[in-house]
Amino acid sequence: MSKLHYALFTGCTARQSTPELLSSTLAVAKKLGIEITILEEASCCGASHLQDFDEFLAHVINARNICYAEKHGLTMITICNTCQLNSAMTKHALDTDPDLRARVNEKLAEVGLEYKGTSEIKHFLYALIDDYGLENIKDKVQIPLSRFNIAPFYGCHNIRPSELHHDANGGENPYAPNSLDRLIEALEGHPVDYDHKNKCCGFHVELQANHTSEVLAGNAMIDAVDNNADLMVTPCPLCHLKMDTYQDDIGKVIGRDVELPVLHMPQMVALALGCTPEEIGLKYHVQKATHLYSETA
Amino acid sequence: MSTQEVTTEYEPFDTDEMESLSPDTVTVTLKTFRFNAETDYLPYYKNYTMEVGKDELILDLLNRIKWEHDGSFSYRRSCRHGICGACGIKVNGKATLACKQNALELVKLFGNELLIEPQSKKRAVKDMIIDKKDFWDKHAAVKPYVVAEIDPHPEHETKQSIEEFNRFLDADLCIQCGSCHYACPVVEVNEDYLGPAAFNAAYRFTVDTRDEAGKERLEITAQPGAGVWDCVKCYECAEACPKEINPIEKITKLHNLQFEEGVARSNVATRHAEGFLRGMKKHGYLDEADIVLYSEGFLGMYKHLKTAIKMLKAGKIHWHSGVPFIQSVPKIKNHDELKKLIEISQTHTL
Repeated sequence: MSKLHYALFTGCTARQSTPELLSSTLAVAKKLGIEITILEEASCCGASHLQDFDEFLAHVINARNICYAEKHGLTMITICNTCQLNSAMTKHALDTDPDLRARVNEKLAEVGLEYKGTSEIKHFLYALIDDYGLENIKDKVQIPLSRFNIAPFYGCHNIRPSELHHDANGGENPYAPNSLDRLIEALEGHPVDYDHKNKCCGFHVELQANHTSEVLAGNAMIDAVDNNADLMVTPCPLCHLKMDTYQDDIGKVIGRDVELPVLHMPQMVALALGCTPEEIGLKYHVQKATHLYSETA
Repeated sequence: MSTQEVTTEYEPFDTDEMESLSPDTVTVTLKTFRFNAETDYLPYYKNYTMEVGKDELILDLLNRIKWEHDGSFSYRRSCRHGICGACGIKVNGKATLACKQNALELVKLFGNELLIEPQSKKRAVKDMIIDKKDFWDKHAAVKPYVVAEIDPHPEHETKQSIEEFNRFLDADLCIQCGSCHYACPVVEVNEDYLGPAAFNAAYRFTVDTRDEAGKERLEITAQPGAGVWDCVKCYECAEACPKEINPIEKITKLHNLQFEEGVARSNVATRHAEGFLRGMKKHGYLDEADIVLYSEGFLGMYKHLKTAIKMLKAGKIHWHSGVPFIQSVPKIKNHDELKKLIEISQTHTL
């Protein structure tokens, strides 16, 4: 296999409240021999909120981010479902609407950039599975996760709308996704089957509709707990923030203690590949997770 | 496979039926939701196993349950052409218009056991039939019709350009089947929320050049709790729509129209959308702490203090200046470029 090389769009949370996401991503890439070029120029994607205020501006900003991946001639990888969705939506819009593309490029030209549509955009989860390969990951496992029942939580923006993501996510079925399950199995963990794995965590209305947000997150979490999950894993740092940092509030709203560690997908892989505790960064979790680390199988 | 091997609870009753069982049929078990609100305390599931041919639709299978297994099995059906919107159900959680959905396509997606359920179990009246009152009430609440002073003796047509017509063309394809509405998780937990179908209808008539109630509809769909700002962005509606309307795209357009038409009021939700620009102008990244403070206001911040303290304790907040409480956000490269793009591309203000 030729060496994989990607342009990494970190997004905002990996640079702020979830430093463990960035460090574990880089650690996993290093262990697997994947080369990463961080897009230091890339900005916030608008997180599916800026587009509500100004849809055109959101396209311009996302197109600018993609331009930098194109400049490197690399596939852009994301480590946040919402970054993935917003980048992919802009790419789709510009690739299918020549008029919009011209209007966006007119703005980009003012700063010497041009969107060409030459870079693919995919989430790191699918880069690992579809490009690197589960069999190859399996070969690198040092500390199998066989002691854990792991509830995969897919996060909306990697799987819906399915038509948009189809080429980037291996044709994942939004009603019965299995990529994370397969990754858990490759790491020798036990995937938990539960109804809410493909449901919404409510993060995006945390401020304006707090009750809705807590109930959606809570429903998913107790479903995982009731199906014997020891921990949850998600490719999306927004799902992580919702379910990790607000776990107490969620418990209060649904009337039940939850107590479930929520890992970022790269953290789970890093645990199995034998990365260091600093790289995995479990200490940054609000819900205690440091006990998940083990030096041996 | 011969008919003798078919695991059904009946003997095939006519020869046409037998002939239709070609070798390429598939044995499918329909795990079917059964409930009669008048007689049952709880719903239950009953399995019906049948041979399914490549041309059969989910509606054909529902018919076969009723005609060949249990005449009391109840579901709505009418046009059989994907236009009346009566036969919406869920199969393995996937919103499905029974008369439009090939059965074996779903077998390919989900395997040989299909879970047949009504659109909303808590609204079930009898088997697949649900009480859609909330759907119709919410649909009606957005005035889903052209509101205009009509000249009783017009001297010419009310003409629209193709471009004007195309603004609402796909939104107009809605058949009110309820697929998106009952796929929406917010509808399930917030009874005030109007839902994606109502929003699609609101958009469709608001952008119609003949209509004069656009602002009123924008006001209705801007209300906290009921309106578009409670959308969780899960894209379940886009996935669910059998007419490929993409309701959440219309929700985004309604958001934008609220700003264009000056309907948007400064509140926690609108400030949250606009506030992304504050961090971006200053750092390039969103400023996580600032967005909460700016959206909620100082008084609203108390709700988040406990979480903020927990995050601080866990070391989630970093001080890029090296000095505590100064600069928690790093800066992107070529930041001036982004600032300029925002300056020249921004089309709306709050």
